[in-house]
This record gives sequence, C-alpha cells and structure tokens, in this order.
Amino acid sequence: MTPPEPFLGDTVHTPVRHHILSVLVENKAGVLARIAGMFARRGFNIYSLAVAPAESDARFSRVTIVVDAESAPLEQIVGQLDKLVNVVAITDLSPQDALERELLLATVPTEDATRGQLLDLAAGAGASIVDVDGTALTVMLAGTPGACDALERSLESFPEVELHRTGRVALPRLGRTATHEE
Amino acid sequence: MQLTGAQALIKSLEQQGVDTVFGLPGGAILPVYDPLLDSSLRHILVRHEQGAGHMAEGYAQATGRPGVAMVTSGPGATNIVTPITNAHMDSTPLVVITGQVATASIGLDAFQECDITGITMGVTKHNFLVQSAHELPRAVAAAFHLATTGRPGPVLIDVPKDVAQSTMDWWYPASVDEYDLPGYRPTIELDEDLLDRAVALIAASRRPVLYVGGGTLKSRASAELLAFAERTRIPVVTTLMARGAFPDSHPQHLGMPGMHGTYTAVTAMQRSDLLITLGARFDDRVTGRIAAFAPEAKVIHVDIDRAEFGKIRRPDVALQTDVATALRAFDQSGVRSQPLDDWWRELEEWRERYPLTYEEPEMDGPLRPQHVIQAIAETTEPGTIVASGVGQHQMWAAQYWPFEEPNTWINSGGAGTMGFGVPAAIGAKAGRPDRTVWCIDGDGCFQMTAQELVTARSEGIPIKVAILNNAYLGMVRQWQEMFYDERYSEVYLSPDLPDYVKWAEAMGCVGLRATNVKEMADVIDEANAITDVPVVIDFRTDASEKVFPMVPAGASNDDIMVHPSQRGAR
Repeated sequence: MTPPEPFLGDTVHTPVRHHILSVLVENKAGVLARIAGMFARRGFNIYSLAVAPAESDARFSRVTIVVDAESAPLEQIVGQLDKLVNVVAITDLSPQDALERELLLATVPTEDATRGQLLDLAAGAGASIVDVDGTALTVMLAGTPGACDALERSLESFPEVELHRTGRVALPRLGRTATHEE
Repeated sequence: MQLTGAQALIKSLEQQGVDTVFGLPGGAILPVYDPLLDSSLRHILVRHEQGAGHMAEGYAQATGRPGVAMVTSGPGATNIVTPITNAHMDSTPLVVITGQVATASIGLDAFQECDITGITMGVTKHNFLVQSAHELPRAVAAAFHLATTGRPGPVLIDVPKDVAQSTMDWWYPASVDEYDLPGYRPTIELDEDLLDRAVALIAASRRPVLYVGGGTLKSRASAELLAFAERTRIPVVTTLMARGAFPDSHPQHLGMPGMHGTYTAVTAMQRSDLLITLGARFDDRVTGRIAAFAPEAKVIHVDIDRAEFGKIRRPDVALQTDVATALRAFDQSGVRSQPLDDWWRELEEWRERYPLTYEEPEMDGPLRPQHVIQAIAETTEPGTIVASGVGQHQMWAAQYWPFEEPNTWINSGGAGTMGFGVPAAIGAKAGRPDRTVWCIDGDGCFQMTAQELVTARSEGIPIKVAILNNAYLGMVRQWQEMFYDERYSEVYLSPDLPDYVKWAEAMGCVGLRATNVKEMADVIDEANAITDVPVVIDFRTDASEKVFPMVPAGASNDDIMVHPSQRGAR
C-alpha cells in the first residue's frame, strides 16, 4: 500500500467569497502573532496579509487581511478580531467597494530566443522591467490581484521563474462607505 | 519617591485593593518576594503552582473580585497554564504575575526561561511582557481593568528579573485614559431598536424559557433575574456555570439543562418557542446535537461578548450588553408573554413524572453518592460554599446540592479540569473566611491536587473535603459501561490505595471514613464540629452508580435517558 499524500491543508487560491479587513492595530511586539494565532486557533483562513506602519501615527500599524468568508461567517471573524486588545479599529471592505492592489516581482531566466517574447508579455501586461543581467530579467507589476494572477499564469510557460507577491492592500473606492467597526 | 520595580509591583497590587496573593517563589520572581515582607498583602504559599492558579479562581468565584497568583519563570509559569486556561474558559477574572529571565537573556534559552506570553496568548484575555520598571504600574492597572470589565478573564503580566530590580520614580495611572488601551472599549450602549425587537419576541411567546448562564453571575444580575422572572412567570433553567443565580427552591426553577440536566429543564428548552439567553454560550454540553437543539425556538441572545452571537446558534435578536442591564430594560418595558398556563401545566407534568432520583442505599453500604451530598447539604449552615472537581461527583453536586444564592458554587465548567476542587475550595475559603466551604471531590480528582491541603493546614484555612470514593475514574467508567460494552480500560484506582485517612492526617488534617449510612451521619456531624483545621472524609460509594439523566454525547436532547427506574413510563 502506498502511503497517503501528506496533508498540506486546504490550499487557498483566491477564495470564492473573500473580504478585505483593514485593521488598525497598536504597533507593539507580538501583535501580528496575536492576530495570526487567533485565525489559526479558530480555523479561519487567511488568504493574504500585509502589514505597514499606519499613515498618521507611529503608535499604530495597518494590517490588511484578505479573509476567506467561506471558512467562517464574517461577523465571527470580525467579532473575534475585535476582542484582541491591541486591535483598535476594523474596516470591512467588500470586494465591490474596495480598490485592491498588489505587487508582483518575478525573476525570469531568459535566453536570446525568449527574451523578446518576455519583453512583449511584460509590456502587454503593463509590467516594467526592474533588473536585467545576461541570463535573466526581473519584471514588476503593481496592479489588481486579477492582473497579477493573469501575469503569473502567462509566466508559467517560462522555466524556473522565481515569483513573489506581496498580498493585497486596499482602500475604499471614492464615494463608497466602508463598514467601520469600533 | 524612588522604588524598585519589585516594590512598585507590590505597591500597585495594594493600590488595586488586593488583599490575598497565592504563589510560590523561585529564581526570576525572587526580587518581588522581598518587598512582600514589608507589605500588608496576605501571601498564601502553595505547594504547586497549579494550586495557586486554582486558588485564585476559587477566590474570584466566591468573592466576585479578581484572584491574584504569582509564580516564577519557566516551569513555575507553565504549571499555572492549566488554571489560566480554566479561567479563560469560564470567564473568571484573574491576574497572574510570572517572573521572567532578565531582558538581556530573553531568547537565549536561559535557565528557567520560557515564552509564557507566547504560550498563554490563546488562553488569556491579554498578556504583557513588561519592558521597564516605569511601565509596571500601568501594566498592573491595565491588567485589573481588563480582567474585570467586559467579559472577565485571566490576564498575565510577565516581569523580567532586571525590571523588578531596576528603579523608577513612583507613579500610578490616575484613570483609564492612562492605561494605554486604545483598542479596548468594554461598555456598549444598549441598542433601543434591538431592545424593542426582543421585547416583541417576548410578548409573542407562548413557551418561553430563561436560559441563564454564567454571565448572569458575572454581571451580578440575580436580583434583576428574580424580579423579571417573578413578574412574568417565565420558567428558569440555570446552567452548570450559573447554579445559584436563581434559587433552586423557587417554584419557577426547572433545574440545570444539558447532558446531565433535569428532564424538565432539557425538555423545556427543546419544546420552547423562545430562549431568552442570558450570558450563556450554547455550549455543546447544553445543546446536545446542535442541529436538533430547540428546533422551534426563537433566540434572544444577551451577551457582553458579541463574538458569541451566531458562534453556535444564530440569534433572532442579539443584545450586546451585560445581563443586568438587559433584564432591567426588559422589566422597564413592562413586557409580558402570552398566557403561560398551558406551558406551566406541561412543565409541572414533566417535573412530577421525571424528578431527579436514585435508589436508596442499603443500611450496611455501600453509600450512594447523591445521598452523601444531600446529607451534607442538610446539616450544613445556609450560605455554605461548595467547590468540586470534575466528573460524576461534580454532576451529582450540581444536581443535588440546593443552591440558593450566587457565588456559592465553585466549579470548572468549560475546561473540565480534574483536581480543581481542593485548591479552589481553599481559595474560596481564603476569600470568604466567614463561610463554611465544602469540597465535593472524587477520588481521582483528589489525587491530582490534594497536596494543597498542606497549604490549607499551614495557612489556617479550614475547608472540608468529601471524597466520593468509588475507586474509579467514575465518569470514564460510566462511558465505558454504557458506550464501550463494559470494556473497562485503565479506570480502576482502588479504594484503599492511597489510604485517604492516613494521607489527610499526614497533611495535618483530620481524616475520617464512612462505609455505611450510620457512619456517614456520624462523620458528617464530626466534620461539622471541626472548625479550626481541614477535614477530609473518605466516603465509600457504590462504583456502579451512574449520573442520570444523560444525553449521550452527540445525541439529540430529545433522546435524553432518564434514571432506569423511570423508564417505560415514557
């Protein structure tokens, strides 16, 4: 009997129903662990997560979490998140009300024969070339998660691509109001 | 005024009105134990850090004030993780202070180092690793604020040794604004629209039940509950965590719901058309199979913690507030349900047909555990506090002890921590020395934490312990008998090993034993007459006795099994 495949968890690609939580937190040691620990403990799925110092006040950081709203009701996730003492405010953005952007970096080994093909592909996708040497090019795309997905798929035809994505950040679209949670 | 961090910590505890600290010193916390000598704080020196934690819980549950425990780093800290978890599950306010290795050594695997803030992240309401002596007063003030407001719970303060040794200019935060908790807002204004909707549901109901949970005790809402229940005639059930919130002797009290609840309480919820849920959380031990739980009931869910709404059961109206506020608002609305005569007729019929029951013991033994509990209850003074461990004896105590007032029942509900009883009883007695405190314990539980009776004797805390000794891990034995074809795997303990009387005596307590009904009455009288030292009684009980009623795990509450003598009558 062959041993079963190791269980790697439920692989999450872009979830069918996702929500973006923009979470203002105190900029203190261990806060990210508290958030990640709560998601793990409660069985809520995180699709992507980005952290940066908050715009106005050095005491705070902003964590943008894309959650899989299939794994648990959104109000459960928000309610449990809100109980973390270091969480100051939660803004819930539904995808249709959100301006979402993500950064993709990919180093693609190229030969003379494929270099032109890659340059065309990058130009078509709106990506820029940010590094070059004799054996490879590094392309960068700042765009919607969908545009990043499309570029990632087109790069699959190149061998040994090293690709990183940041996870998305988001703001409410102008003229739309996000749900502000205390 | 210049103080060391250690002095500032002790002074901060005094500032919070703390009178008792349960703890055990060690390397990293040593500096903090020095100024304790000059303090008015009572320190109770435990024999194991787990004991300190459960004592602090017992103290908190009996007094309604936060319990405080103090232990050293590494194993001292990990030994108190079980009580912290227990307090987290039961929303008991605790402040736990742990020593930590010096800040320069953190992360270097120093002697007795462990990442206790990391370990307890998921089982505390919040925790702090204090970085400077100057921050200590703020951490203490914030810890007490967090532990006691909103949904109460345990808060841990980790104090590195150099922080305790360094000096600071004494200050103390003057108000909540100086606690530096920008994300913590425990009080919520009652939403009037939702209140109106809740009142409308009550007004339309024909078979309402007040489903009373531990949050009712936490918000000290017993008087409001009694007033609302009596005015509306709505029947009341009190969960394991809420025993005592409503008098057992009250005719509207149907008893405890859940896996070992009364037939009437369980069935009333199943047939109800409105569950007025007060600080309860639809625990699996209450609901049975959730899909089959109270299928016709609408739900009003009152809770201070909004994350409880819809976690298990979707409420029709969710009121985020404390129970007392909600009950006062219900009462002020003047709301009444539809006439309840038919509902009460049905309830009375069930109550008459399926009371709690057990077979009378033979005169020459063995004893019936339920009978022992009733005999103790009948001879003790009113207001006696009862603590228990976890298992059959806990369920029998919850069923047969007549609870009449809040904060007289001390037990481990959510976590189900065996060994909770003895140290919790000691903590309760330390907090309420005016009250008689009994611990109803099992022989398995007793063996886990009994060494704290040494603490009780040396500190002058005269509790009484009734071991219902059936020589088994009784609840496991019951499941193996009923659901594992009587295949008894690793549950037999022996009635004589250890010798509980000699063990009690070795710990400086009075040890007594009873094997039959006559001896039982005598030793209870003897125990009641002893008020200066702890007493331990080894009651030899019938090992075949099982807890009924019972809803098997995962079954519907409709499939409740009543006592064998009542079957066939259904």
